Amino acid sequence: MLLGVDMLDLARFQFAMTTVFHFFFVPFSIGMGLVVSIMETLYVAKKDEVYKQMAQFWGKIYLLSFAVGVVTGLIQEFQFGMNWSNYSRFMGDIFGAPLAIEALLAFFLESTFIGLWAFTWNRFKPGLHCVTVWLSFLGSLLSAVWILTANSFMQNPVGYAIKDGKAQMTSFWALLKNPALSAEFPHVIIGAFVTASVVVAGMSAFGLLGKHKHDRHFFKKSLRVSLWIVLITSALEIYVGDYQTQVEIHEQPMKFAATEGVYNTTSKHAPWDIVADLDTKTHENKGAVSVPDVLTILTYHKTTGSIKGMNQINKELHAKYDKKFGKDMSYYVPVKTLFYSFRIMAGFAAWFFLVAILGLIWSRSKKDTIENKRWFLWILGITTYAPFIANTCGWFITELGRFPWTVYGLFTIADSVSPSTTFGELLFTNIMYFLIFATLGGVMIYYSKRQLDMGVERALQGGQY
Amino acid sequence: MIDGIQPLQLLWFLLIALLFIIFFFTEGFDYGVGMATRLIARNDRERRLMVRTIGPIWDANEVWLITAGGAMFASFSAWYASLFSGYYILLFLTLFSLIIRGVSFEFSSHAESRKGFNFWNWALFFGSLLAPFFLCMMFGSLIQGVPMDAQGNMSLGFWNIVNWLSIVTAVAGVLLCLIHGLNFLRLRIDDPELSRHAQSLNNKLYIIAYIGEVVFALLVIFQTDFFEKRPISSICITIAIVVFTILSQIFNHSDHQAWAFIFSGLTLAGVVTLLFNGLFPNVLIAQNPAHTISIAKAANGALTLQVMTIVACILLPIALAYIIWTYYIFRHRVKLDDISDSFM
Repeated sequence: MLLGVDMLDLARFQFAMTTVFHFFFVPFSIGMGLVVSIMETLYVAKKDEVYKQMAQFWGKIYLLSFAVGVVTGLIQEFQFGMNWSNYSRFMGDIFGAPLAIEALLAFFLESTFIGLWAFTWNRFKPGLHCVTVWLSFLGSLLSAVWILTANSFMQNPVGYAIKDGKAQMTSFWALLKNPALSAEFPHVIIGAFVTASVVVAGMSAFGLLGKHKHDRHFFKKSLRVSLWIVLITSALEIYVGDYQTQVEIHEQPMKFAATEGVYNTTSKHAPWDIVADLDTKTHENKGAVSVPDVLTILTYHKTTGSIKGMNQINKELHAKYDKKFGKDMSYYVPVKTLFYSFRIMAGFAAWFFLVAILGLIWSRSKKDTIENKRWFLWILGITTYAPFIANTCGWFITELGRFPWTVYGLFTIADSVSPSTTFGELLFTNIMYFLIFATLGGVMIYYSKRQLDMGVERALQGGQY
Repeated sequence: MIDGIQPLQLLWFLLIALLFIIFFFTEGFDYGVGMATRLIARNDRERRLMVRTIGPIWDANEVWLITAGGAMFASFSAWYASLFSGYYILLFLTLFSLIIRGVSFEFSSHAESRKGFNFWNWALFFGSLLAPFFLCMMFGSLIQGVPMDAQGNMSLGFWNIVNWLSIVTAVAGVLLCLIHGLNFLRLRIDDPELSRHAQSLNNKLYIIAYIGEVVFALLVIFQTDFFEKRPISSICITIAIVVFTILSQIFNHSDHQAWAFIFSGLTLAGVVTLLFNGLFPNVLIAQNPAHTISIAKAANGALTLQVMTIVACILLPIALAYIIWTYYIFRHRVKLDDISDSFM
């Protein structure tokens, strides 16, 4: 203990920090895989050199994000054993198979083909070369399937039996058919496409604002390709996000009630709170700015239906779990964080859709006025950072909303931590990781910005190792 | 069954050993090349040339380590959990080395000046030196038996981690990776002068390697139970390690580059084999024998092992096929003319 901070806090902080940082780069590189694949496919189909330049230019950003994604992913694999050894012992039989498949199927595919792709521009014919980038993208897509299979089990355990205090898999199919997975996977993966396409659109907007006049054509094309992807994927994202919410209401009602700040079960016509004064001590919602009926409609897609409140759910959970986890357990999740995380995430999704429509209208070939709307290009440019915030908020909801468990209803966070790890070790690694991430993130942004500033031609000439 | 070990449990123990062998064989030369950029290259262009030889493949090579770790987690969770939480600091240092090394490839290609390039090249050098150092140190330490309770929680003191055997294992591991990397370089570059430098450096390194191997073998005899428990196999493997090194040196001397490379790789493979042979039928040896974790004790459920076996039987050959195809694609030697010297 130091200043009221204990081992568990440090381990949790470390997990949050490493996961959030890793998850800046994972969706970004998965999405960049798609964006670059589409660009190169356009090159193969249309034989227009500008698409090749696009694939190469944005491909460099793809490689940068991939590199940081890989090294931060290493931390993830090691940290389950290092910080959460009891969790690993409990979950190993379930987590193991998906993780091993992820490595064998996905990691080899993506790492081999991204290497091939980066070094065979002059050696392979365009068609074959294009296949390599699609395969690396496929690898990253598959990797998401398997890691989310493990995560979905933690959200909604299925296909297991408890044997000697450990979860043991009884059906591999049940793991794959987990409703939590079919809700989580589309949400995460489409979120990845939104992330990368918004970043490419935003950076292209900065490119258009930049000093290199002869790059206008390049950035305009990049902008339009990426905005089309933003338009389609952000609309889909809102749809699949809604679907995940429907699944969540049944699996983890507490998480859902918290994202809406509902302390007490509502009437059949629940209003939707835009902001709310949530009191986490007395467990009440002390007034809010709200729109009548909307929460019911959003939740049930019909005009009547009440939403169960956290106070009532807490009682139910006590009744269900007191025998196993004791009476002192608190089942309230971090309400405020979830409430606002949800609003930020959903708000950004709508925002991406909106800027995509406006950007596409103003850059259409008949009436292309976007370069005169510098204010809009600035807004687009700044939006580059928004998907990273939205992704982080999404994970806050998913992971913090599972409190107090690592594996929902089965295994608590407090029981998961490594007994042999010391406070000093955790403090040291926390500080180190923080410094590493600050450096990597800074360098990554710096090199991306420099690549943009130097113009397309120079960026494509310069340094390959 | 041997000591109550199920066939699939044995299979996964052997597979994990195999994954570590492939890891050291492939990523071993990556580490060697990374170190060589600061040992025999005379300018940045030569450094880029060397990095280019591993550029397209190092990432996939590292996946063997990730797969080995994943397979450990998947088939022997108790082993993974105890090992990774017990060797906390060493694994963190390994991770740190892998991180600075992993980003150095891309970051150095984005560098805007010689200074920037060299900064990331030094990161590559230290990452390539320290990653095998700390990893081998862990192996050198754990084979001696560790203080561990009945739940598998270790309480390692400083001298459990840092001692003669662990240091010698670490140094020998780094040395063998460097030799292996220089052999790989000679095979992959079209630059007679640089190749000669690699050859003559290797000639010196082999001598040190012999000393290292003998000291390592003596320490293993005194500090572990490998030679008492399994005298015949341990002696055979030890002799094989030395013979492989001798053959590698002879082929290096006579300029048979491919054979020199294969035998330096087999030397590394021999060391891993010696360790896993000595561990069997256990995965972690405790100082109190009652707490030792055996293969049977650490193994996960039968269904998990079955699923993973089916998956591995299908996927491993496919992965190996396209990985070998990749090596075939990049079979041409790299020349200095292929390397641009411009910065971004």
